[in-house]
Amino acid sequence: MTTDSGNTMKAEEALDLPDMEEAQNASGFGQLIRGILSTWPARISAVVLLLIILMAVFAPYLGTVDPVRLDPSQRLQGSTAAHWLGTDSFGRDLYSRVVYGARISLAVGAGTVVVALLAGVFFGVLTGYFRWADIVIMRFMDGLMAIPGILLAIALVAISGATLTTVLIAISIPEVPRVARMVRSVIMGVRNEPYVEAASVLGTSTIKMITRHMLPNTIAPLIVQGTYIFASAIMTESILSFLGAGVPPETPSWGNMMADGRLYFLVKPELILYPGVMVSLTVLSVNMLGDVLRDRLDPRMAKRI
Amino acid sequence: MTTTPDSQVVLSVEDVTVDTRPKGQKPIVRNISFDVKEGETVCIVGESGSGKSVTSMAVMGLLPKDALQVTGGRIMLDGEDILKVTPARMRELRAASVAMVFQEPMTALNPVKTVGDQIDEVLRLHTKDSPAERRKKVLSMLDRVHLPDIERVYKSYPHELSGGQRQRIVIAMALILRPRLLLADEPTTALDVTTQKQILYLIKELQEQEKTAVVFVTHDFGVVSEIADRIVVMNRGDLVETGTRDEILTAPKKDYTRMLVSSVPSLIPRREPIAAQPKVLDVISLQKRYGKKGLLSDNTVLAAQDINFTVHKGEITGIIGESGSGKSTVARCVMRLTDPTEGSVVVNGRDIVPMNNLRDVRKQVQYIFQDPYRSLNPRRTIGQSLMEGLINYGMDEAEAKKRVGETLELVNMPASVMNRYPHQFSGGQRQRVAIARAVVMKPDLLIADEAVSALDVTVQAQVLKLLEDIRDNTGVSILFITHDLRVAAQICNTVVVMQKGKIVEHGAARDILANPQHAYTRALIDAAPAPDWDFQNFRPATAAVAV
Amino acid sequence: MLSFVVKRVLSAVPVLFMVAVIVFMVLRLSPGDPAVMIAGPNATSEQLADLRESMGLNRPLLEQLVIWLGDIGRGDFGTSLVSGKPVTELVMDRLWPTLALSTTTIILAVAVALPLGVIAAWQQGKWLDRLVMAGSVVGFSVPVFIIGYVMILIFARKLGWFPVQGYKPIADGFGEFASRLVLPSIALSFPYIALIARIVRTNVIEVMGEDYIRTARAKGQTERGVMTEHALRNAAVPIVTIIGVSIAMLISGVVVTESVFNIPGLGRLVLEAVLARDYTVIQAVILLFSTIYVFINLSVDLLYGLFDPRIRY
Repeated sequence: MTTDSGNTMKAEEALDLPDMEEAQNASGFGQLIRGILSTWPARISAVVLLLIILMAVFAPYLGTVDPVRLDPSQRLQGSTAAHWLGTDSFGRDLYSRVVYGARISLAVGAGTVVVALLAGVFFGVLTGYFRWADIVIMRFMDGLMAIPGILLAIALVAISGATLTTVLIAISIPEVPRVARMVRSVIMGVRNEPYVEAASVLGTSTIKMITRHMLPNTIAPLIVQGTYIFASAIMTESILSFLGAGVPPETPSWGNMMADGRLYFLVKPELILYPGVMVSLTVLSVNMLGDVLRDRLDPRMAKRI
Repeated sequence: MTTTPDSQVVLSVEDVTVDTRPKGQKPIVRNISFDVKEGETVCIVGESGSGKSVTSMAVMGLLPKDALQVTGGRIMLDGEDILKVTPARMRELRAASVAMVFQEPMTALNPVKTVGDQIDEVLRLHTKDSPAERRKKVLSMLDRVHLPDIERVYKSYPHELSGGQRQRIVIAMALILRPRLLLADEPTTALDVTTQKQILYLIKELQEQEKTAVVFVTHDFGVVSEIADRIVVMNRGDLVETGTRDEILTAPKKDYTRMLVSSVPSLIPRREPIAAQPKVLDVISLQKRYGKKGLLSDNTVLAAQDINFTVHKGEITGIIGESGSGKSTVARCVMRLTDPTEGSVVVNGRDIVPMNNLRDVRKQVQYIFQDPYRSLNPRRTIGQSLMEGLINYGMDEAEAKKRVGETLELVNMPASVMNRYPHQFSGGQRQRVAIARAVVMKPDLLIADEAVSALDVTVQAQVLKLLEDIRDNTGVSILFITHDLRVAAQICNTVVVMQKGKIVEHGAARDILANPQHAYTRALIDAAPAPDWDFQNFRPATAAVAV
Repeated sequence: MLSFVVKRVLSAVPVLFMVAVIVFMVLRLSPGDPAVMIAGPNATSEQLADLRESMGLNRPLLEQLVIWLGDIGRGDFGTSLVSGKPVTELVMDRLWPTLALSTTTIILAVAVALPLGVIAAWQQGKWLDRLVMAGSVVGFSVPVFIIGYVMILIFARKLGWFPVQGYKPIADGFGEFASRLVLPSIALSFPYIALIARIVRTNVIEVMGEDYIRTARAKGQTERGVMTEHALRNAAVPIVTIIGVSIAMLISGVVVTESVFNIPGLGRLVLEAVLARDYTVIQAVILLFSTIYVFINLSVDLLYGLFDPRIRY
C-alpha cells in the first residue's frame, strides 16, 4: 500500500515521457516494415515478390533468348539444354517468355495502382468534401460499379484496340469507384472530427484543411487498397489476355502464354501451368502482404473486404 | 443501512492480484481485499485506470481470457472459491448467485432479440420451468423494475426502449434469479441525472427486498454518497483505503482519498454575476431546425428555439441541460459550426449570422471541444497545432512560436512540449493543450463544450481552476456548456437552463441553483447526486450555510 | 414497408440509367468508326453511308442515346449486327447454361464458406483458423482458369470421372447435365468460398467482442450458446451483403469459366460479341448483367430487415 498517495496525481501530470525521437520513430516507416516482416508467411511473400521483381528487371541477363522469336522447327519441345522449359506451339522459348512476362504483369499492376489511386483520390475528395459534386459523381460511380469490371475492360480493350496503355486504363477504370468511395467515406468521417472543426475555428483554408487534416487519414487505407488493386490488376490482365482481349498477342505476357496454350493444353499442360503458377505466386504474395499491411495499418478495413 | 453486525459475508475478496497475460511487469490490480455482507452496498471508487472495473470482472469470472488473469488470492462467494471452480460450475453460479449490471445499456443487450426473450434466456439456462411459467416470471420481474406496459415491453427490441428502460431490463435480467451478489459497473454513468436517480432507487429497492449484497463500481462520489454503506477507494491497481461512507467522506485518512473527495464539485454556487461590463455575446431569438421540410411531411427537428441570452466581458455563463436539450446546438450556432435557421448572434456588436466570411469573427471566438483525444490532429505536433491559427492570420513563424510558448506556460505546460505529438499526453494534458490552442488566439469569447466532462474528477478540478485563472488573467468571457450542475455551480457566474430546445430559466448562478423557480430546474437539482454534501470541506452542505 | 420497397426500387432507376449512359458512351466515344468496324475494311464508302443511315449513326449523339433508351424501354434490344437475329432471342438461348452454372456455384460456395468461416472465428489464432485463412488467400489468388484446367487435368483426364468440357441441357437427362456442371462449379466457387469465409470469420470475431456477448456470458450461457443464439444472427447482415456481392461478382468468373469448360452461356456470348464488335449484343448483355447486379443489391437491402429489427421500413 502506498503511503503518500498524494504524489500519484503529480506523477501523472508530470511530463516524464519518452524522448521525442523515439516516439517519432515509433510511427515511422522502419517500424512498419519491421512489423510487416514479423511473420513467416509475410517474409516468404516478400522474398518471392522481390525475386519476381528482380527477374523482371534483369530479364535480359538471366540466360534468356528473344522471347518473341519464332522457330517452327522447334514446336512444342520438352525441356532441352537450349530451351530449359521447352517451347510453345510457335517454337518460342518458354523460359524466356515466363521471365519476360513478369515485366508486363508488374507494369500493369503498378500502372493500374497509380491510375486508379490518383483518379480515386481526386473523385473521393471532390465528393467527400463538396456536397454539390457528390450527387452527380457518385451516381456515375454507382453506375460504373454496377457494370461487371471484366466485361467493361474486355469491351474497352476490344473497341479501343489492344495496346498496353488501353489494357492498363481498361483495368483501372472499374477500380476507380471503389477507391473513390473509400476516400469519400474517410473524408466524410473526419469532416466532423473535433480536430477538423478546431482547424476551421482557427481560420484554416479549404486546401490546407484537405491536405493537412483530411488526406493524411487516407494514406493507410490507400496503401492497403493499392496492394489489393496491384494483385487484382495482375489477375485481370492475365484473364483479359487469356480471353483474347488483352495486350497484343505477340507480347510475352503470362496471360497471352496461357491463351496460346489453350489449344494444346491436353497435349502439354505446362504451356498453361508455368505462366499460371507465376501469376498465382505473384498475386498470392502480394495478397499476403496486403493482409499483413491491413492488419497493421487499417484493422477496420477488414470489414470492408 | 440494512446490515447488522452478524449479517453473513457473501463475497470475500482476499489478496487478489490480476495480471496481464502473458505476465506483465506490473499487475493491473495488486493485493486487493474486501468483504461484502448480505444487504450491504460496497462502492468501489476510483479514477480511470484504478482497476475498479477489472476487480468486478474478476469476481464475475469474465476477465478477457487472452489478456488478463487472476494470479493470486481467493475470491470467496458464499464460502466457495470461484477461482477454483470448473467452467461449468462458474456458468451455474452466474446469474443464479452472482449477477452483473453493465455500464452501457445501449450495447449490453442483443439488438436482434426481444428483451423478453433475453430475460427468458436466464430462466431457460438455469431452471426447468415451462415456457408459460417462465413468461409469467419474466413479466412479473418487468413489473418489479417498474416498466410500464409490460406486455408490450416483453415483445420490444432494445432499440425501441430508452436508455433508462434498457438499464431496467438489464437489472431485471440480473435479479430474476435472486442472486446473492449483484455487481454493478458504472450502471448509471451513461444516463441523464434524472434517470440515474431512478435507477439508483430501483437497485436499492430490489436490494432491500432480497437482502442482496451489492458491489457498486463508480467514479462518481455524488453517487457514492447517496448509496454506499462502505467505500473501497482504489488508485492505479492498489486499494488505498476502505471505510464506512461517513469515515471516507468526512475524515479520509489517506492523502489520495482527501484529494479525490475534495476534487468533487459540490452543488453550492460560488460565483456572483459580473455587473456593468460590455456585452461580448448577445444571442437574440436564435432558432435551429435540423433536416429539410418535405412537400407533405415535416421531418425536421427543432433543436433550439427562441434562445436569448447575453455574455458580458469576463463572465462565465453556463448552459445547463440533459442530453437532447439543445445546449450543444446553441454553442455550435454561436461558433457558426452550424448555421442557425433564424435569429442573430451578435459578437462584439456585430451580427455574425449573415456573414459569409468568418475570418474576423473566428479570431474573436474560440472553441474547446469535449473529447481531448479527438480534438488534436494526431499527425501534427502540439506546436504545429497551436501555431496553425496564428499563422493563418498572418503572424510569422518565429513570433507564433514565441506566443505559443508563452501560452503553454499559462496552462502549466512547458514550452518544450511543442515538438511532441498528442498521443504522448494524458487526457488532462491534452485538454490543457486544447485550451492553449484556443487562448493563444486571444479571443474575447471562449466556448467550452462539455470541456471537462471526459476528465477524471481530480483532473477536472485542475482544468476548471485553469479556466478560471485564464479568465482572471485575460478577461476572456466563457460560454460553458455542461450537463453537470455541480461543475456549473463551481465556475459559472450566470446560468441558462435548457430543456428540449428551449430556455426554461436564466439568471445568476446563485439564484437559480439555490432557489430554482422552474419545475424542470428543481427536478434537475433534486436528481443531482449528493446535492447536500460539501465535498471540498468534507461536511454536509448545510454546515456551509451555517458558517 | 411498401413505401420503403417502392422508394428503394425507384432509387435503382438512376443507377441503371447511368449504366445505360456509360455503356452507350464507351461504345460510341471510343476511337474508330463503328460503321467501318462492322462493314469491314473492304467496304465502299456507299456501303458505309448506308450502314450509318440504317444504324442512325449520322444523327447527333444525344439523339442516338434517346432513341436507344426509348427502344430499351419498350423491350427492344435490337438485332445482332453479326447474325441478324434479335438480341433477346440470342440472350434467351444462352441464359440457361449460365443460370445453372451460377446457381450451383453460389450454393456450393455458401454451403462450404459459412461453416469454414464460423469454425475459423471460433478457433481464432489457432492452427485451424490459420489453415482456413491461408487457404482463403490461396483461393482468391489463383486464377479461376488455372483451377479449372488443373481440375480438368486431374478429374477428367487422369481419373476420367467427369466429361472434359461442354454442356448438356437438363432435357438430355439429369446425369448428363449434372456431370458437366460439377467441375466448372467447383472451380468457379473457389474465390467465392475464400471471400465469404473471410468475411464470415471477420464479422463473427467482431460480434464476439460486443458488450451483449459479455452479457450473455454473465447470464451463464455456454460458449456454444453464445455463438448460436447471439453471435451468428448479429453477424448476418454483413454476411448477407457479401453473399450478394459474390453473386454480382460471379458474372466475371462466369465469362472465364465458360471459356475454359466450353459452356455456351452468356459469358461466351458476350466474349464472341466483343471479339466480333457486335455492339447491340454487347450493350444488351452488359445492361442485363448490370441490372442483375443492381437488383441483387436491392434484394440484399430488403433482406436486412429479416435479420436486424433495427432496420425498419
